[in-house]
Amino acid sequence: MPLGNRFFGEKHYVPATDGYSFLPFRFMRWSETELLLVNDVGDFVFLPLDRFKSFIGKTLTRGEVCYRDLKAKHFLLDTPSNVPIDLLATKYRTKKSFLHGFVKLHLFVVTLRCEHSCSYCQVSRVGESRSRFDMSAETARRAVELMFRSPARALKVEFQGGEPLLHFERIRQIVELVESGKQERHVEFVISTNLVPLNDEILSFCRSHSILLSTSLDGPEMIHNANRHRKGNDSYALVLQNLARAREALGKDRVSAVMTTTRLSLEHPREIVDEYARLGFDSIFLRAISPYGYAVRTGEALRYETEQFVAFYKEALDRIIEINRSGTYLVETYAQILLSKILTPFANGYVDLQSPSGAGIGVVAYNYDGDVYASDESRMLAEMGDRSFRLGNVHEHSYKEIFGGVVSLALVASSILESLPGCADCAFLPYCGGDPVFHHRTQGDVVGHRPTSAFCAKNMAIIRHLFELLRSGDPFVRNLLTSWATGVLAEMAEEDVCL
Amino acid sequence: MSLKLQTYGTTLPHFSHVAIGRITSDPREPRQDHVLKVDRVGEISELAGYAGLLTLENLAAERQRALEDTGVPTVFGVKGFDHLEDGDVVALHPGGYVRSLYRIKSRHNALFATDRCNSFCLMCSQPPRPVDDRDRIQEHLRLIELVDPSTTELGITGGEPTLLKRDLLRIVSRCKEILPGTSLHILSNGRLFYYGSFARELGLIEHPDLMVGVPLYSDLDFEHDFIVQATGAFDETMVGLQNLGRFGVPVEIRFVIHRLTCKRLLNLAEFIYRNLSFAAHIAFMGLEMMGFAVPNREELWIDPYDYMEELQAATQFLAARGMNFSIYNHQLCVVPRDLWHFCRRSISDWKNDYLPECASCLVRDSCGGFFSSSLQNGLSRHIVPIRTGGEEEQRLQE
Repeated sequence: MPLGNRFFGEKHYVPATDGYSFLPFRFMRWSETELLLVNDVGDFVFLPLDRFKSFIGKTLTRGEVCYRDLKAKHFLLDTPSNVPIDLLATKYRTKKSFLHGFVKLHLFVVTLRCEHSCSYCQVSRVGESRSRFDMSAETARRAVELMFRSPARALKVEFQGGEPLLHFERIRQIVELVESGKQERHVEFVISTNLVPLNDEILSFCRSHSILLSTSLDGPEMIHNANRHRKGNDSYALVLQNLARAREALGKDRVSAVMTTTRLSLEHPREIVDEYARLGFDSIFLRAISPYGYAVRTGEALRYETEQFVAFYKEALDRIIEINRSGTYLVETYAQILLSKILTPFANGYVDLQSPSGAGIGVVAYNYDGDVYASDESRMLAEMGDRSFRLGNVHEHSYKEIFGGVVSLALVASSILESLPGCADCAFLPYCGGDPVFHHRTQGDVVGHRPTSAFCAKNMAIIRHLFELLRSGDPFVRNLLTSWATGVLAEMAEEDVCL
Repeated sequence: MSLKLQTYGTTLPHFSHVAIGRITSDPREPRQDHVLKVDRVGEISELAGYAGLLTLENLAAERQRALEDTGVPTVFGVKGFDHLEDGDVVALHPGGYVRSLYRIKSRHNALFATDRCNSFCLMCSQPPRPVDDRDRIQEHLRLIELVDPSTTELGITGGEPTLLKRDLLRIVSRCKEILPGTSLHILSNGRLFYYGSFARELGLIEHPDLMVGVPLYSDLDFEHDFIVQATGAFDETMVGLQNLGRFGVPVEIRFVIHRLTCKRLLNLAEFIYRNLSFAAHIAFMGLEMMGFAVPNREELWIDPYDYMEELQAATQFLAARGMNFSIYNHQLCVVPRDLWHFCRRSISDWKNDYLPECASCLVRDSCGGFFSSSLQNGLSRHIVPIRTGGEEEQRLQE
């Protein structure tokens, strides 16, 4: 039935010609029969091989559903209008908005002293004299001054060590300096601590200044104590005892935990996940084995370890999904970061998965001696004798010299994935990041060699795995992963649980 | 229960301009703001100064002359005015037509900015008329002065309100000034906000509670352009929406579901999330069988029951992403129960009806009912009184 005679049919509004051009996208073979296409802003489309060939050969026709999907997601352009490109530009600007405001995460290493001697740590100085490895009041003052030069409206101040609570006096000074000087800025405080030196005074200060605590928990007692040496072999018991105390004083959601994966951990994915669930944490971050603090492994050894980690990761993630299915909400943080890049139009502020890397432009570390480093890893390297990523010193250099110096610029230049060999053509580029410090450490080169990069191997495998989970056809898994990405505890997901 | 919005009577020869005033049935000051509504006119000499006079009385010739001397615009011999409440605002037309501009007891008041439109939507319920009504701006500004300041919401609709250009900005500024507690909802196709300066000026007014509701009918330019019958409309609307977002004006996306638009509902939801994630609200609206929808019925009509799968997929997608949305103009018996709490009683009271069988429905009071016009040719085959599920009913009541 035609429309009334005052109206035109759809043909009238369709461009007369059938041609189209491509908007920027990358692709990869997904399987024998399918390809994955991803554009610069993370929109993605899976296409059967024959449709892909047709698309590339510019023989796809407007009537086809995949033509319409590719057009709506800005993979193809079939009008002379600038508007699709403007929309794409807006999405791109949003995705790259982590660059706005410059350095947001400021790490203060208030002391290197620690009463633990963890297997993976080369930083801590057990039993050393106070003055030598503590941050001075003057260094702290200058570091805070420098931090306030950053144009960011929202800052995160994280206290690191050593064990930062062993130098609580400095934390107190810095918090008070920041509070009095922050003006319109929003500032969040976190202390990374093993919780051992906790006392009522510290807890009450944390409460009144809304300070978050982040502690280390490597899994069940056997794993935790093996990784985290302490005289008396009682680290696990102390964490549990002080965790309860801190939660009591500050609230359950104010204390989180991070785990470090060791070779021992790799054999116990389920036990580690179960430990986090048992203790009532709502998130766990399955972090890859860090190359800092270990003898550097390269080539085969590193590849083998990465394969092992990926297997560990998948099994742990399966366990996390099972736990959620049984009604306990538990997020895996690394998956959450990647999924937010895959499933949302927003930027993610995780400094290790950005292009360019966040080192020196999203994060900075002020070491106890006033040296300024491009990241936490950079200062760890320095403690091991490699000061490649030292940006300057708060006592000797100006803001401009530190943040606009050659080291900072080199880090940016070597971590723009869009220009890196191996990354520039990778379909996963919009979800991934550059890690020049890691590649410097493991491959002796800030750019690095992707085919042998453990960072690349890990991310390729995990991103692929997440896509496979999303497409597995299990609505519970899809809803769960979506809720991690969006931060929405969707009623829909809850309803699925009920049904 | 659709309501009466107009009445008419006889006028005096001297009455040559539209007169606007607030209804009062008792003598009230200031007189220039009020239209006195009386069954029978008493002492005529005491009426001088009112904005207008409405009476049921059929005035004799000499009483007409006496009234004419007072200069009060009068409509007499009115064919019923029980629908007019004190506090309502009416326009008295020289032809004897009395139009309600504002009803104090209604939640659905709107200022009809213009009859003109730059689109020509296939399903337009109020087809545009190419009349030059630019001089009505004084009427609009006067109406704002007479609206009760405790009014919670006022719509600005048309036609296409942005065709008033700077006069629309004057209306919004005036509302901010004298109706600061009233939320303002402009229904616009958004095309003129393609001009960033216009969107910026609207934003600069900083109205405390303003929303612009903009229809978007497809994620594809040619489909949207076809439905609104205007080449380039999609591009203008998309840029317009982005401009409004950039200048801090909250926007609502409005989507009318019909046979031509229902297939890509999920794609549209995805498009909105990716490109318009700043949208404050998304409204999924059922088709109103009025205006152009009637001649285009065969092209547009689909039983809403038949697109519920698509609607469910789209709304689940948005809910999982924290986007705020509602379903308008749908009867609960046609909608799956898990979507009930997104359904709103959205049909304006003056064109809202129920069927006789609705009387026995458990959730009738939570249900939006029907457009009066849909009772003729826009009913789903699946209308059936709900007789179970008190829980959902309670949830809706909360």
